[in-house]
Amino acid sequence: MMSNIELIFPEIFISLSIMFLLILGVFKKDSSKIIQNISLVVLLVTTVITFNETIGVEKITLFNQSIIIDYLSSFMKIITLLAAFVVLSISSNYLKTFKIFKIEYPILILSSVLGMMVMISSNDLIVFYMGLELQSLALYVLATFDRDQLKSSEAGLKYFVLSALSSGLLLYGCSLIYGFTGSTNFNVISNQFNTNEYALTFGIVFILVGLAFKISAVPFHMWAPDVYEGSPTSVTLFFTMVPKIAALTVFIRFLYVPFLNLIDQWQMILIFLSIASMLFGAIAAIGQKNLKRLIAYSSISHIGYALAGLATGSNEGIQSSVIYLTIYIIMNLGFFSCLLMMKRNNIYYENLDDLSGLSKNHPLLSLSLLVILFSLAGIPPLAGFFAKFYIFKSVIEQSMFFLAIVGLLSTVVAAFYYLRIIKIMYFDKEKESYDMDHSLWLKSSLMVSTLLILLYFIFPGQLIDVVSRINII
Amino acid sequence: MDLPILSSLILLPSIGAFFLFFTRSKSENKITVKYVALFTSLVNFFLSIYLWVLFDQTTSAFQFVEDRIWIEGLINYKVGVDGISILFIILTTFITPLCIISVNNSVTKRLNEFLIAILVMESFMIGVFCSLDLVVFYLFFEAGLIPMFLIIGIWGGSRRVYSAFKFFLFTLLGSVLMLVAIISIYWITGTTDVVQLYELGIDTKYQNLLWLAFFSSFAVKTPMWPVHTWLPDAHVEAPTAGSVLLAAILLKMAGYGFIRFSLGLFPSASEIFTPLIYTLSVIAIIFTSLIALMQEDMKKLIAYSSVAHMGFVTLGIFTIQQQGIEGSIIQMISHGLVSAALFLCVGVVYDRMHSRLITTYGGIVTIIPKYSVLFMVFTLAALGLPGTSGFVGEFLILMAAFKDNFLVAVLASLGVIIGAAYMLWLYKRVIFGKLINSELKKMIDLNKSEVFTLTCLAIPTLYFGFYPEPLINTIEVSINDLIDTYNYSLASK
Repeated sequence: MMSNIELIFPEIFISLSIMFLLILGVFKKDSSKIIQNISLVVLLVTTVITFNETIGVEKITLFNQSIIIDYLSSFMKIITLLAAFVVLSISSNYLKTFKIFKIEYPILILSSVLGMMVMISSNDLIVFYMGLELQSLALYVLATFDRDQLKSSEAGLKYFVLSALSSGLLLYGCSLIYGFTGSTNFNVISNQFNTNEYALTFGIVFILVGLAFKISAVPFHMWAPDVYEGSPTSVTLFFTMVPKIAALTVFIRFLYVPFLNLIDQWQMILIFLSIASMLFGAIAAIGQKNLKRLIAYSSISHIGYALAGLATGSNEGIQSSVIYLTIYIIMNLGFFSCLLMMKRNNIYYENLDDLSGLSKNHPLLSLSLLVILFSLAGIPPLAGFFAKFYIFKSVIEQSMFFLAIVGLLSTVVAAFYYLRIIKIMYFDKEKESYDMDHSLWLKSSLMVSTLLILLYFIFPGQLIDVVSRINII
Repeated sequence: MDLPILSSLILLPSIGAFFLFFTRSKSENKITVKYVALFTSLVNFFLSIYLWVLFDQTTSAFQFVEDRIWIEGLINYKVGVDGISILFIILTTFITPLCIISVNNSVTKRLNEFLIAILVMESFMIGVFCSLDLVVFYLFFEAGLIPMFLIIGIWGGSRRVYSAFKFFLFTLLGSVLMLVAIISIYWITGTTDVVQLYELGIDTKYQNLLWLAFFSSFAVKTPMWPVHTWLPDAHVEAPTAGSVLLAAILLKMAGYGFIRFSLGLFPSASEIFTPLIYTLSVIAIIFTSLIALMQEDMKKLIAYSSVAHMGFVTLGIFTIQQQGIEGSIIQMISHGLVSAALFLCVGVVYDRMHSRLITTYGGIVTIIPKYSVLFMVFTLAALGLPGTSGFVGEFLILMAAFKDNFLVAVLASLGVIIGAAYMLWLYKRVIFGKLINSELKKMIDLNKSEVFTLTCLAIPTLYFGFYPEPLINTIEVSINDLIDTYNYSLASK
């Protein structure tokens, strides 16, 4: 067992760094800039360690099978770390403007990332729950980070109450499963199939509800728009991407490792979640005026597509969901980079009207946003189309035509509100121009994400090659 | 073949657009920008002519095929042309430079971006006509929405936002079902390669649903009655060059799609649904012709006439006879030339008077004689006068229709008469009559570039009207083969 200790080096390294940074923050005055920089380095180093130590691992379980290291976990950890790195790097200017550039921010992000890494690797309900709570507690604080703002405090409180409720449901589900199978370990549970499967289904439902809360799938999405709107924009960016990676990984592992045999029981639930999220997200976004709120609904609908891939019960489905999530993260990153650029005289603008006539003052910025929005809408030849294509391919391969048709029709509805943003940018009268003194990080994050989206069609095979090594079943 | 000629055709306009992106459109280098765009599109045109020269008319196999792995085991980037598609490619490369020449007056702001949109559009349109893989086809087919949406929305008229949205959402709604069908085909047969699919054939029990899914996309794009309503709106609001592209080439994608995919891949379903197409086509021909008769807006009138003409095209395709399909293709080419010219003609008077209402005009024949002559040529071509390309297409289609279904043919012929009525009446009201509006006296006749573009369109219209042989020679073998395969697969069923 000890011989495999290097497999959890990333987690060990990041925990030690958090402790070190806390101490540094306490003893050194005005250390927020240093801590920010060290955190960035920590994230990068952790990525490198994860890459070096675990990427080649086929499948190894540690600590009495409660931690699993396989290709899925390595891939998801690397995405989590990179996404967190980008978020941290582009948020400093925003935080400085609001005078909340404090030491806690990078440390909280690091600890939530640690929680997510534990979640991603969990092969046991207890470990999973521990990781979940670690990340959630950090996220509650992050949501209220601009604590003098009423909206931010409200967002944090709302998130805390609802998330605690969902954690409660989840824990209840865990206890049910433990009660019926006598174990919390995924592998052990999967061997216990002489027990009553209807009783187990109760447990699965409770856990699914809890997880659906975390990824804000309809009908457990109510917190998302308020929290996304109220939180500081850089935190919203974090919320829309990073926790979803971890939660989706747990989704995959929880459904496909212990309960694959009960697919008949949970498949319908997943299809329902998926269809409801796709349709509701698309329809509810139409009326929104605030961009952050709009992106909240759009992220609900995108999660619906990712769930559609999971509902298939096939390896291809899982892979397509992972691809979808990856591309979604890139698009989201681009979108929020644009949002963070909408600054004039130290005020950030986040309403739909504020984009009015953007194309005249900022042709490059609006062109990038155009590409990102068309990609979010799933129009070829942009990356978003391929993401949807893989999902629907895996869905149709399982003969789930209804799901595919509903999903594609909801892309048409969704296209409407993305087009509306484009209309405001390109067809409407211009307003004052925005400041152009953005940090290099922000500019390059926008540029890289736009180019990736735009040129994805040249090398669509690369991502598939990487993801096709994920084998759960 | 060393030069991948089809890929060059697809890529060249985009490369031109890429260069344009880095040229700032200040007032002084407006001309430069335009020359860059024009140069790119002209090079593309000559390249496509070169393609036609090299094209072997004696075989129905796909030529200039390029086949590269794109996504391992899933999609191949496969392009190629046969007799059916090559004419559309040439039409595209021919119309685009004329569009670019015509943007002089109609586009006053953001010329640079307008030209980029047009060139990117050209890339996508050529891609549609030469892709031999369903996914690649879908990719180009859908991608064309983006530049067209922007062309209508940014440079359009007063109701441009409404029209742009309607255009985008209508076509997208139709197309997503086609995507389901394409993925289903992959699921059923394991490939999306058109050539392989021709050989494999698709199980008849799936064909009907798949056909309907493809139909939903093509019917919106054609457009067929009753989903044609986006077209008049889009045409009226789009700038002249946008209308020209829309009418001349975008509508042809669907006609091409019907021939290549609906007939080629789903023969038994095509046979079953022929009555549906006949009914919709006849309704389109008569109903929209009657609507066109009552229009006050010149652009709207021509837009409705496009719907009627495309009704002939779909009718001709689904007669599934040599003459019918040949007629449809010639009708599409001819409509591409003529409707482009008619929209340019409307653009000419609109630039001068800023009105598209027919009642604004009247009695301008003495003021702008050159215009009146050229406009007359295209009016007559639009109503299918013998000696113009419009006649050849309509005649072949009606001949095939008479063989197949007498009633349909009679009703369609009725449409020809109404067509003549609204075109002639339009011409009479605009050009002849008393000069009431005194402002019209200030109108200036066509300038050199306008004469040039319209003459460029008039020459092939008349040439192919008198001598359609080059067109028929190009498409004959391919269509013959298509019909043979069709009959063979029906017989073997």
